[in-house]
Amino acid sequence: MKQSLFESRHKAEWERFAMALERLEHGKDTTQVSGFPKAYRRLCQHLALAQERGYSSFLIDSLQQQVLRGHQQLYRHRSHLGANLLSFVLADFPRLVRAEWRFVLAAGLLFFGSLIAVGVLVYAFPELIYSLIPADQVREMHGMYDPVAGHLGRPVERAASEDWVMFGYYVMHNIGIAFQTFASGLFLGVGSAFFLFYNGMVIGAVAGHLSDIGYGQTFWSFVIAHGAFELTAIALAGAAGLRLGWALIAPGRLSRGEALQRAARKSVLLVCGVMLFLLIAAFIEAYWSSKTSVTPATKYLVGAGLWALVAVYLTFAGRTRHAPE
Amino acid sequence: MLEPTAPPRKAPLAPPLDTRHQVETPEGIDLPLRPAGLPVRAVAFAIDLALRGVIMGVLFIALAFLGKLGMGLGSLLLFAISWWYMVLFEVLRQGRSPGKQWMGLRVVHDDGTPVGWSASLLRNLLRFVDLLPFGYFLGTLSCLHHSTFKRLGDIAAGTLVVYSERPLTRPQLPEAEPRRTPVPLTLKEQRAVLSFAERQNDLSPARVNELAALLAQPLRISAPKAVAELNGIARGLLGPT
Repeated sequence: MKQSLFESRHKAEWERFAMALERLEHGKDTTQVSGFPKAYRRLCQHLALAQERGYSSFLIDSLQQQVLRGHQQLYRHRSHLGANLLSFVLADFPRLVRAEWRFVLAAGLLFFGSLIAVGVLVYAFPELIYSLIPADQVREMHGMYDPVAGHLGRPVERAASEDWVMFGYYVMHNIGIAFQTFASGLFLGVGSAFFLFYNGMVIGAVAGHLSDIGYGQTFWSFVIAHGAFELTAIALAGAAGLRLGWALIAPGRLSRGEALQRAARKSVLLVCGVMLFLLIAAFIEAYWSSKTSVTPATKYLVGAGLWALVAVYLTFAGRTRHAPE
Repeated sequence: MLEPTAPPRKAPLAPPLDTRHQVETPEGIDLPLRPAGLPVRAVAFAIDLALRGVIMGVLFIALAFLGKLGMGLGSLLLFAISWWYMVLFEVLRQGRSPGKQWMGLRVVHDDGTPVGWSASLLRNLLRFVDLLPFGYFLGTLSCLHHSTFKRLGDIAAGTLVVYSERPLTRPQLPEAEPRRTPVPLTLKEQRAVLSFAERQNDLSPARVNELAALLAQPLRISAPKAVAELNGIARGLLGPT
């Protein structure tokens, strides 16, 4: 068949297809495109024919363009974010954490292990703090948690707007750290391991030092509540990073690239959960932890409750099959 | 010399000479994507960076009037813009951030479909690694080394930065008397002759003559009238219009 005959025979069909494409691409009324998959496959056939018959480049190129656009509409990954969010929070995220328990365990040991070990060390050998943290930062810390000052974390009782400032700051700062911990896992997991260890060390040093000099009450009552979410989130971000690294070290029967892509798909979900945790943590830190009107006892109680909540959530949520629905 | 017969029908496609990346669809069609190289991506990134700078500058000046509330909002915005600017634009605007759109680029999955939330988030989170140790050093290395110019984030997320397809305009074939080919042509040769006719208006007359003269002897057409004869063959291949 000559090209001109081929073109004139199918022209009307191609024009209809182009119109359906326009509608789909602009997200307009998609009820009129029910025949789209069929039309798309016919177009694919026309392209194959045109190539096989040696038709001109212009025809083949323009058919190829149409097929590409059709391909992008037909095979696009549609995600229903709103509907998925609920089932993600209620079931998928804790399930994923349990499924990846090896990495979570490793990250948890690195982070909380270094936190506790360094905390105990600094508590036992107080001068160690100055080799871990610069002296002027230590001084700044003293000012923040000094129990004589009679307030927590800030020099004066904060207005509501200041809580808001701190909320913004915590979101920015903590999620930044979590992202960094995750992303550096691409270096065979070494980066994540380093950031887990390093952050654990710094937090442990601060905790040990402040407990040692008798600021323990103000410090612990301040951090216990939001720490439940914040510290867990950092550990989980590290776990996601370690998973990336492990895919490169031991890809199994896949190529390293393929293994990395699969691990990345899983771990990006973990990171989404981490972001959620950190938002909650920032909220608690700004609006609850800094309250001075609450007695330390209440704070400890609420804090312990939140830790238990996180533990129960990660261990038990989504175990029953129909939980999300 | 020209190939005497058509290649077998199942012969694998010869790898293209240029950087085209073939994606095979479930329908058995090979779709060529054109991955974008380092310089054009760097320019697109610079545009995005400048745009972000301008947005943040304007917002901070506006927020400065709001005092403390403005400071809180400001740091939230800083967070949102530095981590979510690319993701939001890429997912909601079919893979195009403003800089990419300006340079005619877009982000797609490896299989040619528009980039989704998880892939886009991933490739932009891993930007942190590409930035190391300074100024996109690792990203640049990876981009230069990879056959489809992926930086590390692209490799992990399975995404590709490609040139957006441009609308084509129908080329005008030169007027000539349709005629039969003097020798049987393979499919490739047919396409070559048709391309010669379609692209003629973009070439200088000297080049047109030169190209046609190359074909005069193997096609057994008279050298002085080679251009007209080739156009005639092209018309003949195309059929009556």
